[in-house]
Amino acid sequence: MTTATTGRSAADRVTGTAHTRVEGRDKVTGAARYAAEIPFAELAHGWLVLSTVARGRVRALDTDTVLAMPGVLTVLTHHNAPRVDTDFVGMLGVPPDPGTALFQHDRVPHRGWPVALVVADTPEQAREAAETLVVHYDEEPHDVAFSAGREAEAYPVDGHMPAVMEKGDLDRELAASAVVVDAEYTTPEEHHNPMEPHAATARWEGGRLEVVDSNQGTHWVAGDLAKLFSLDPGTVRVRSEHVGGGFGSKGVRAHQVAAVMAATVLHRPVRVVMTRRQMFSLAGYRSPTAQRVRLGADPDGRLRALEHRSLNQTSTVHEFVEPSAATGRSMYAADAHHTVSRLVRLDVPTPTWMRAPGEAPGSFALESALDELAEKCGVDPIDLRLRNEPAVGPVSGLPFAGRNLVACFREGARRFGWAERDPRPGVRREGRWLLGTGTAAASFPAMAMPSTASVTAEADGTFTIRINAADIGTGARTALTLIAADALDVPTDRVLVRIGDSDLGPAMVAGGSAGTRSWAWAVMAAAEELRRGLAPGADIPPQGITVRSDTTEAVGALAQKERHSFGAQFAEVAVDPATGEVRVRRMLGVFAAGRIVNPLTARNQLVGGMIWGLSMALHEEAVREPASGGVYGADLAGYHVAAHADVPHVEADWVDDPDPDDPVGIKGIGEVGTVGAAAAIANAVWHATGVRHRDLPIRPDRILSAGGDA
Amino acid sequence: MASSTSSDLTLSVNGEKYTLTVDHRTTLLDALRERLDLTGTKKGCDQGQCGACTVLVDGRRSVACLQLAVAAEGHEITTVEGVADGDRLHPVQQAFLDLDGFQCGYCTPGQICSAVAVIEEHAAGWPSAATADLRPEAGPPPLTPEEIRERMSGNLCRCGAYMSIVQAVARAAEANGAAA
Repeated sequence: MTTATTGRSAADRVTGTAHTRVEGRDKVTGAARYAAEIPFAELAHGWLVLSTVARGRVRALDTDTVLAMPGVLTVLTHHNAPRVDTDFVGMLGVPPDPGTALFQHDRVPHRGWPVALVVADTPEQAREAAETLVVHYDEEPHDVAFSAGREAEAYPVDGHMPAVMEKGDLDRELAASAVVVDAEYTTPEEHHNPMEPHAATARWEGGRLEVVDSNQGTHWVAGDLAKLFSLDPGTVRVRSEHVGGGFGSKGVRAHQVAAVMAATVLHRPVRVVMTRRQMFSLAGYRSPTAQRVRLGADPDGRLRALEHRSLNQTSTVHEFVEPSAATGRSMYAADAHHTVSRLVRLDVPTPTWMRAPGEAPGSFALESALDELAEKCGVDPIDLRLRNEPAVGPVSGLPFAGRNLVACFREGARRFGWAERDPRPGVRREGRWLLGTGTAAASFPAMAMPSTASVTAEADGTFTIRINAADIGTGARTALTLIAADALDVPTDRVLVRIGDSDLGPAMVAGGSAGTRSWAWAVMAAAEELRRGLAPGADIPPQGITVRSDTTEAVGALAQKERHSFGAQFAEVAVDPATGEVRVRRMLGVFAAGRIVNPLTARNQLVGGMIWGLSMALHEEAVREPASGGVYGADLAGYHVAAHADVPHVEADWVDDPDPDDPVGIKGIGEVGTVGAAAAIANAVWHATGVRHRDLPIRPDRILSAGGDA
Repeated sequence: MASSTSSDLTLSVNGEKYTLTVDHRTTLLDALRERLDLTGTKKGCDQGQCGACTVLVDGRRSVACLQLAVAAEGHEITTVEGVADGDRLHPVQQAFLDLDGFQCGYCTPGQICSAVAVIEEHAAGWPSAATADLRPEAGPPPLTPEEIRERMSGNLCRCGAYMSIVQAVARAAEANGAAA
C-alpha cells in the first residue's frame, strides 16, 4: 500500500502535550510482565547464599547435605563454578563491579558476599536448601566504621567527575572574606530499593545465551556478560521489557551472572531473583558522606571563596567515588573555587550510582551552607544565590547552554509566596507546631551519549521504531512515541516503539538523566531521514522501508558548553518540638530542563524526584552494625522510604528553557528533581526551629537533642 | 498428589476455580505467580512490608505473601487481573491510567487493589487514623487527600507517584459517590 507522512499542521505536534503511557493499560491490568514473570518450560530456580561474615575466607561448604535435599539440582561455589574474566572496561567506561565475579575465589570482602548458588526445581526447595547450607569461614577482623575522622586514610579518585578542581587562592580569599561559613555535613548510607527486586532468567537456545532481565540497559548488560563469559557479543541476547524501577541499581549484578552460570552447567533455564534483604548487599547503594563546606563572602554575600570537600566509603575491591563536591562547580561564581571528592576503603559492599549521584548529597551540604551564609549576611537566601550567578562556568569558563536558574527562582518565589516570608527563625507557631520555609537551588548535567535507532515505514501505513532504550518508569517509551510521531508527522497511533532488547543495537542506558535525550536524538535522526526519502504516495514494499541512524558523530560534534538543567526548590515544614516530629507540609519545584516532551509523565517524574529528596531529608538511613558488618533491619520496615502519609502536596512545574543550538533540546528530568530538595527541607527546619541540622536524616531524636527555640 | 509436604486444593481466583497440588511452604503469592500464571500480583519484599502483593480476600485487602496457599482455600481471591469488567477498566484502573498514577508500574496492581478496598471501606463508614470525628453517628468522613494517604500507606511506591495516585483514588471515589 502507499503511505504518507504528511497531512498534519504544526498545531498537531504532540510533543509538549499530555499523553498517557502507551503501556499504561498493561500496567493497570497486571498484563505487563516483568523479568521474573516470563514463563519458561523446565525452569529451575536459583537461590543465592550470602556470607555471614564481613571479612575472611570460605574454608568449607557442606554441600553434600544440601545436594541430597529434594529437588536440588546443583550447588555452585568457588570450587565448581565456571570461570569468568573481569579484566575489561565496560560500556560505561568502568571495569565491572567485582561483585559480578561470582564464586571465583574463597575471599569474602564484605558481609553479604555471594558464596554459593543453590539451584532446585522449585523456589521453595531452593530457598530451604540455601538456608540449610552450612558455610565455614576463617573469619578476620573487619572495619566498617565510616566517619569524617577517616580523612587521613582517604584519597581522591576520579569517577564520572574529576575528583579535584581548583581555581584561585583559597586561603587568601577566605582571609579577605568579611563573612565565613565553615560547616560539616553528613548523609547516611542510602539504598535504591526499586519496588521490583533484581531478577534474571538465563537459558541457552540455538547456540545463543538468552537472558530475560530487569535492567537499565540491555546493550550494557549483554556486552558485559559476553566479556565475563568470553562469548562473541552477537551470541548474547538480553531483554528487559518492563522494569520495576532502577534508580542506578539495575546494572550488571550477581543475579545475572549466577543465572548464566547455572543455565550453562544445567543445560536448562534458570531464574535467580534477589530477595529484598539480599538487595541490601548485592544491589549497590549510595555511600554515606562526610562533607565540609567553607564559604567566604563579602558583607553583601558575594562569594570570594567556595571550598567543598567530600568523603565517601567504598569496598576493598572496587573504587567507587560519590562525587559530592562536584555539585558546586557549575553553580556559583567565586574568586577561589576548590572542590575535592575522596574515598576511604572499608569492608563493605561496593556503592554505586544512585539517583543524582554526587548531586543529591552534595547539594544538601552546599545549599545548606548557602542558607547559613544568607543568615550570617542578613541577605535573603534567593537574593544571595542571584548575587552569585556566574556569567560562564565558574571553574570551566565555558558558556552555558541555557541557564534559567533565575527564572526558576522568580517563578517559584511568586507561586510559593516567598515575598511574605519573615526571615527570622523560630517565630511561627500553630498549636504544637513550629512552622518554617526553606529554599535551595538544583542543577544536573545534561549529557548525551551515542545511540543507534532504526525507523521502518511498514506496508500497512504504520511505523516501527527500534531503539534499545529502557523504560524504568520514566515514560521513555511514551516520550519516544511522541518524538517519532512529530518527526514523521503522523499520529501517535501509527507509531510502535520497540525497546529493551540488546538485538536492537547499541544505545545509551537509562542513566545520567541522559536516556531520553540520547535516544530521542537517534530516533529523530532516523525518522527525519526516512521522511525526507519517502515521496508522498510512494509504494511501500511488503518488508517496509528502513532507515538507521547512529549519533556517534553528531554527539561528538556537540560544542563544549556547560549543559545543565536547573531548578529552584521550596519547602514548608512543621516541627513538633515536643516529639521531634517533622512534617513536610508542601513542596514546590520549578525547573528549567529544556524541552518537556510529555508534561503528564514529566511532572510525575519531577515530583517523584522531589519525594526522594523528602525521603532523604527525613527518613532514609541504613545503619551498619559494627559487630556484624551488615545493615540493621535490612528490609522495608527497617529502612523507611517515604510512604503515602509522609508525602504532602508536592508540585513541580517548569519555565521555558529553549536552546536553539541544541539538536534535541531535551535536557533530562530524572534526577534534577531530587537535587536540593533535602536542603530546602533542612533550611525550612532551621527557619522553623532556629537550629541547623547538618546530619541527615533529620530524625525526631536529632530534633529533640538539638533543643533550640522550642 | 498430596503427600506429607503437599496438599491438593482448590483456589477460587477472579471467579474461576483452580485445582492444584501445592507444597505446604507455598505462599498464596507464589501460587498465583508461579502456579496459576497470574503474575499481575507483584512480589516486592515477600515479607508484608511493601503492599505490592495486595489482593482482595473475600473483598478485604490482604498481602498475599503473608498467607499460605493452603490457607486460602474456601476464600474468594480477587487479583488485579480480576477487577476490570471484561474489557472495561474498573474506575480505579481508569483513573490510574488517565492521571498517571504510577511510573514503573510495579507497585501498581497492589495500589489498585488497595484503592478498590479503600473506597469500599470508606463507603462502609470505617474510620482511619486520620479521621477526626470517630463518633458512629458522624458517618463516613470526607475522603480528603489526608484520609486517602493514611489509608493507602501500606502500599509503597518508590518512584514517588504518590501525588497522582491520591488524585486517582479521589477521582475513582467520586465516581463511586464519595466526593471529598
